[in-house]
Amino acid sequence: MTVEKTKLSKPAVLGATMIEFKDVHKYYGDYHALRGINATIRAGEFFSLLGPSGCGKTTLLRTIAGFEGISSGVVLVDDKDMADVPANQRPTNMVFQSYAIFPHLTVEQNVGFGLRKDPRSKEEKASAVDEALAMVGLTGYGKRAAHALSGGQRQRVALARALILKPKVLLLDEPLSALDKKMREQMQVELIRLQRQVGITFVLVTHDQEEALVMSDRIAVMFEGQIAQLDDPETLYRRPKTRAVANFIGTMNFLPATILSEANGKVEAECHGFGHLTLDAETQVMGTPTATGATVGFRPETLTLLFEGQQAADREVMATVEEVVYYGDMTYYDVKLDGTTEVMRLSMRNVFGRPVLDIGTRTRVGWSQGALVMFR
Amino acid sequence: MKLPVMKIYAIAFLIFLYGPILLLPLFAFNDSTVVAFPLKGFTTQWFRAVWADADLWKAVRNSLFVACTASVLATTLGVFAARASTRYVFPAKGAVMGLIMLPLVLPDMIMAMALLVVLLSLNIELSLVTVILGHVLICTPFAVAMLTSAFQSLDKSLEEAAYDLGEGPISTFYLVILPLVTPGIISALLISFTISLDEFVISNFLGSKDKLLSVYIFGQLRFPKNVPTIMALGALLVALSVILLTLAEYFRRRGIAKTGAKDTGGFV
Amino acid sequence: MSDGKRGRFWGSDAASGLGLVSPTALYAILLLGAPLAFVLIASFMTDGYLEIIPRFQWCNYFGECASYKTLDGVLTPTQKYRGAWTDPVLFSIMIRSLTVSLLVTFLTVLLAYPMAYFISFNVAPARKGIWLFLITIPFWTSYVIRVFMWNAILGFSGVLNSIFLGIGLIDKPLDMSFTIQAMVVTLAHSFAPFAILPIYVALEKIDRSLLEAGQDLGESRFLTFLRVTLPLSMPGVVAAVLIVFIPTIGDYVTPKLVGGSKFPMIANAIEVLMLKGDNKPLGAAIAVSAMLIVGAISLVFIGLNRRFLRGPQ
Repeated sequence: MTVEKTKLSKPAVLGATMIEFKDVHKYYGDYHALRGINATIRAGEFFSLLGPSGCGKTTLLRTIAGFEGISSGVVLVDDKDMADVPANQRPTNMVFQSYAIFPHLTVEQNVGFGLRKDPRSKEEKASAVDEALAMVGLTGYGKRAAHALSGGQRQRVALARALILKPKVLLLDEPLSALDKKMREQMQVELIRLQRQVGITFVLVTHDQEEALVMSDRIAVMFEGQIAQLDDPETLYRRPKTRAVANFIGTMNFLPATILSEANGKVEAECHGFGHLTLDAETQVMGTPTATGATVGFRPETLTLLFEGQQAADREVMATVEEVVYYGDMTYYDVKLDGTTEVMRLSMRNVFGRPVLDIGTRTRVGWSQGALVMFR
Repeated sequence: MKLPVMKIYAIAFLIFLYGPILLLPLFAFNDSTVVAFPLKGFTTQWFRAVWADADLWKAVRNSLFVACTASVLATTLGVFAARASTRYVFPAKGAVMGLIMLPLVLPDMIMAMALLVVLLSLNIELSLVTVILGHVLICTPFAVAMLTSAFQSLDKSLEEAAYDLGEGPISTFYLVILPLVTPGIISALLISFTISLDEFVISNFLGSKDKLLSVYIFGQLRFPKNVPTIMALGALLVALSVILLTLAEYFRRRGIAKTGAKDTGGFV
Repeated sequence: MSDGKRGRFWGSDAASGLGLVSPTALYAILLLGAPLAFVLIASFMTDGYLEIIPRFQWCNYFGECASYKTLDGVLTPTQKYRGAWTDPVLFSIMIRSLTVSLLVTFLTVLLAYPMAYFISFNVAPARKGIWLFLITIPFWTSYVIRVFMWNAILGFSGVLNSIFLGIGLIDKPLDMSFTIQAMVVTLAHSFAPFAILPIYVALEKIDRSLLEAGQDLGESRFLTFLRVTLPLSMPGVVAAVLIVFIPTIGDYVTPKLVGGSKFPMIANAIEVLMLKGDNKPLGAAIAVSAMLIVGAISLVFIGLNRRFLRGPQ
């Protein structure tokens, strides 16, 4: 079964390299914050650095901006080594986590702050400011005092202030973390729209994997100063390279398995609950061949609760419902597959408006070999 | 009936605090050279005496000159020190800041004498300048304290944002940092000014024939017949202080409103 | 390990910091550090006529010394005097300064605490600012005049006496001025606002829900105060103690005006010795001794404070 890439209406501008990290290391005294970062970010893409607190994502972002130096390696922006380029001369601009709006200035003065040394006339600068404000949906807010704005408005001012300078790269440091859920979802869409409209490279730092999945063209998942995996959202989700990545992005269920044999690009394994498995070594089995112990992982939505008479697409197994968790549009069923002791989480949309099973019910569960991932 | 004990105590305390001061206007209008009851009648002669006393006004001019200069110098030095201590880590920082703040825990007399001895042995003549030097020494720690709190409440990313948008360290300072610490600068100026104006020990021992107001007052109090004039002067000074302080508080609140920061309670 | 300075824009942190603090630091070194060092050295030197003779001696502190004068080209001792800690008069001045300031500190902080408590707990938040403003206003009037006013109030023919005589409370005027008690009252008055503020700040920081929790568990209000409020406010109390103690022990104006020069304290002794008495080494020794006393007592109080902070809460 082939899965088609259906990335909706994203202009395929991705071509030239805009940012490149070559074996970048950074130490804070004895603390090894960045441990050999190698990556490229393409021009015009929406790139995210994703990871838990302390993984080094913000540090890496700041090395692009110039607020942090590096201990060794090279950081290239637009093919230029940034080693001797101070922050105020780089072709990048940043939206800070606290937005850093100058409280003693008006919205206009904030947005136009970076134009101070610009040789254009006052009228031209004023119209540039108006344009920038229109782009972020703040037309008419020019004369407002900056300190009297809401969080969402401040963020737009920060965006306008950065984008008016037409940087080659826009850096965003956890821009949505201070907003409430509704505002966040709104701004996510806004940011995507903005990036398409402006067409420049966006590099976003976030610890929220949902956010990264929604907005990015590609994501670099970072743990402890290293990039664990760099891929587009779908690949990251369906083919995570390590358990850590799998765990961090979305929810994944794990069952122990034993590898029986490996030949012709196929791996035979025996797994609790699922029985005998034949997996594609190239796309489904992660990690280097070492011992025979392994873990099989699968996402909640890849298992289907089968109704009476319904046929399983590939294989099926019996399970007992242990817990029902209602989420409004979805219900999560915690089940125990026959022959296992661990609880697995399945999800199902509440097409009937409410959960369909009670605790203790026995049910048939359909599953597909192609949806499984194995970690050695 | 439950006695509001605390409130009674508070009122009594206030009476204790204000007693000496409220007596000032009382005896400033009293037609007698004796500061005692009963009151002998209303007169404005003491205030007229204040107005007529040329030496007094010279002393006032001297004090104002010294206070203005000292407060500006102390605040400037304070800006340097506060900025350095809040923004940077440098070797011997504790020792350096400790020395700068030391005047807070040293009695005035010791500092005055130490300076005096040094100045005399270097054959430097005493004048208003030497007084200013001493005043700056004791006012700077206060300025540093005020300014440190102002600098600390600055969001660090504001500076980075200014850099990111193309500014350098100096232009960032006067475009972003300075406007935001202005309330702190004003507080530092005011507190230094007030301390300098009222300071006695250094003004007395490091001064020369150009007397300062506090020294002049001290000298006058030895002569009973000059006492009521000093009462009148004291009453005026009280009124002036209250007006100045109220203004300062007003501007401080306005400054906060302009930048939308939180009110942390002023000089407290 | 390299510190990641490549591509930085601030330059060396340490250099910038030192550079920035240098004007203020230099000023403090030249006008405070150097003179104090001079005083320290002078306290170990020999006293000459209108000059200091650079000959090392301990006796400005302990024992007997002599002042010297050049007569007929020969340095001859003119006057004998005793060191700061061995001279009965000087020693008594130091003891007096210590006891007066400790007494003043105790009194002032004791009186200030209820006031601070009142403003913190019994005043509506909107009015707290006004009360604080009110208690600091007296501070902004001339110090010299305020001290003099106490003389006027306590004087033989002063305000209090005239009131008491007038209403027939007493037959003869009370002798209240030019006494140690007068000095104590004056000093307590001067430093009252200084004592109230730190205690107030400490009290404000106390989480009110801690107190409510205590009451919820059945404690009386007084017990809650003793077991919760008081210990938690100790840092403020210690700060108040230091803020009152240090300037008081070195005060010049109050002993001069209110003590009538009958009860000189350290500051007056230093003045006399340095200027009129022309014995700078001895004056320096007193100054250094005063700094040592202040330093020692301050350390004691700060040590007590640490113990309170570390102890059971």
